[in-house]
Amino acid sequence: MADVLVCIKRVPEVAGEVALTDDAQGVDARHVGYTISAHESCAVELAVRIATGTGGAATVLTLGTDDAVEQLRTALSLGCSRAVLIEADPSGFGPADVAREIAAVAREHDVVLLGNDAADTGDFQVGIRLAYALGRPVVNGARTVEVADGAVTAQVDGPDGIENYAVPLPAVVTVLEGGVEPRYPTITGRMKAKKVRVETVTPQRGPDGPGRVRLLLPPARPNVVEVLGEGPDAAKSVVDLLEKLGVAR
Amino acid sequence: MILAFVETDASGATEVSREALTLAARMGAPLHAVVVGALPDGVVEQLGRYGVEVVHHAVGDAVAAFGGAAWAAAVQDAAGDAGVVVAPGTPRGMEVAAHLAARLDVPMAANVVAAGAGDPLRVTRQVVGGSVLEEMELPARPAVLTVAGHAVEDEPGDGVTATLRTFTPQVADADLVARVVSVEPVDDAGRSDALTSARVVVGAGRGAGSAAGFDATVELAELLGGALGVSRVVTSLGWRPHHEQIGQTGSRISPDVYIPCGISGAIQHWAGCASSRTILAINSDEAAPMVTKATYAVIGDMHEVVPAINAEIRRRRG
Ligand SMILES: Cc1cc2nc3c(=O)[nH]c(=O)nc-3n(C[C@H](O)[C@H](O)[C@H](O)COP(=O)(O)OP(=O)(O)OC[C@H]3O[C@@H](n4cnc5c(N)ncnc54)[C@H](O)[C@@H]3O)c2cc1C
Repeated sequence: MADVLVCIKRVPEVAGEVALTDDAQGVDARHVGYTISAHESCAVELAVRIATGTGGAATVLTLGTDDAVEQLRTALSLGCSRAVLIEADPSGFGPADVAREIAAVAREHDVVLLGNDAADTGDFQVGIRLAYALGRPVVNGARTVEVADGAVTAQVDGPDGIENYAVPLPAVVTVLEGGVEPRYPTITGRMKAKKVRVETVTPQRGPDGPGRVRLLLPPARPNVVEVLGEGPDAAKSVVDLLEKLGVAR
Repeated sequence: MILAFVETDASGATEVSREALTLAARMGAPLHAVVVGALPDGVVEQLGRYGVEVVHHAVGDAVAAFGGAAWAAAVQDAAGDAGVVVAPGTPRGMEVAAHLAARLDVPMAANVVAAGAGDPLRVTRQVVGGSVLEEMELPARPAVLTVAGHAVEDEPGDGVTATLRTFTPQVADADLVARVVSVEPVDDAGRSDALTSARVVVGAGRGAGSAAGFDATVELAELLGGALGVSRVVTSLGWRPHHEQIGQTGSRISPDVYIPCGISGAIQHWAGCASSRTILAINSDEAAPMVTKATYAVIGDMHEVVPAINAEIRRRRG
């Protein structure tokens, strides 16, 4: 019976042009929706599978404002049974702050899953810092994670092939997209999710901050695209180009 | 001292490691490097060409298999009182750097593209998959940072003769708990190396239409001696395996030529292909971001255009 905690982060779902807020501290998300990282979607899927497979339970956690309850509810509708909101403005929290706050909640859980890196700040370190805060082993960048006989086994795509890890519980694992197919919420799942009371906790202490001075947009590369043609008639110009570039052999 | 963690393969320092060294060398002197595990022939001389004065080579059972904590312990050992520790922005580079920063309780900046001098050290790094930059301050010593792949041009500097120092790091038992216990080799078809090292990449996105819609793009990739890469829509729909995905949550490529077919060019996809030298977009929509950001474009149905290109290549080869 494994008690799993899975940590997610609400991030703007930007696809086209990115705009920044006036104070250059964040992405202007007024005209886009919100989502979680693809890595975290896979972490939620793995958490639910581990909970189901071991007869345990999965709890979803985020550090964020009240708005992030939307992302917690999605995870609840997918099979998590508890949700914890560490209520704080995430933009003022650096990765070490977030790790410290998660650690205060995570101790009771056998396995903590996180995404490999957040889709917005891309810090690549919260899971590892959490492991040190808890004094637990950490497997980083796992595609698959299984729990049996008091141990976690995980697979990571390494430079020489698929790397196998086996660590005793309790443990921390950060997840990369690609090893599992996240499920879609069912109607009964959504109904259940609505009834769960989200547990709200306050941070242990004020954050040291992310060290951010400001955000800026990369200089726009002035670009004039050369259209080689329309439809299959363009094939000749394409192959001329590939020959000129020395790749058509 | 500035210490660079260097990853190696059979040919020497890996490409992203050489890029990271290039940035590290510009940050000041003296520059040292640390290599954990295999030390390929000629790598000490190679690192000397980047200005590395001392190569610290960690050996011993504790670091024979990869483990983030054990390898970070080795880097920590080599770092001494280094002011800056630089690692490549690869999965392992990120992992080792994060362990090091956690052990030393100092901040870490991931995916740095430029570093100033000054105190506190100010760096510029990629966030939001590379579509936004962040200026960040690293007040603590050592400053730990990873260098984004393909953001800095690999450029050897004023060469020096590097000396080799071999050491056996002290690694605590707790740091050996999470380490690779076995490796299952996968054949080339099952891994992303072919994609990340290809000179030519042919991309295919939702425009492929179905799992059966990749024959022509696969053939084009073969004709050009390149690799196939895909968008996340394609992997999410199960049309192609995830190791072929390009983008923020897939591989970062930097080929000479990238030919995205039926890919719109969302920022998360662009994050993985922005450092391609030449982009030739094939798309039915002339307003698609991939088309407007490309060097060249063909407007049309990929199911007509790509087979015509393949036929033309075959015709010219006779
Ligand atoms: C946190 C996060 C992480 C993500 N990570 C990634 C990632 O790593 N990689 C990635 O790719 N995406 C990623 N995405 C998804 C990304 O936002 C886009 O949804 C995705 O890249 C779109 O894929 P696409 O271009 O194939 O499909 P679409 O955006 O649907 O575009 C299809 C394109 O094909 C063209 N087309 C259609 N039919 C044809 C035809 N017959 N011939 C020619 N052209 C045609 C259309 O004009 C259109 O431009 C991520 C998203 C999020 C939120």
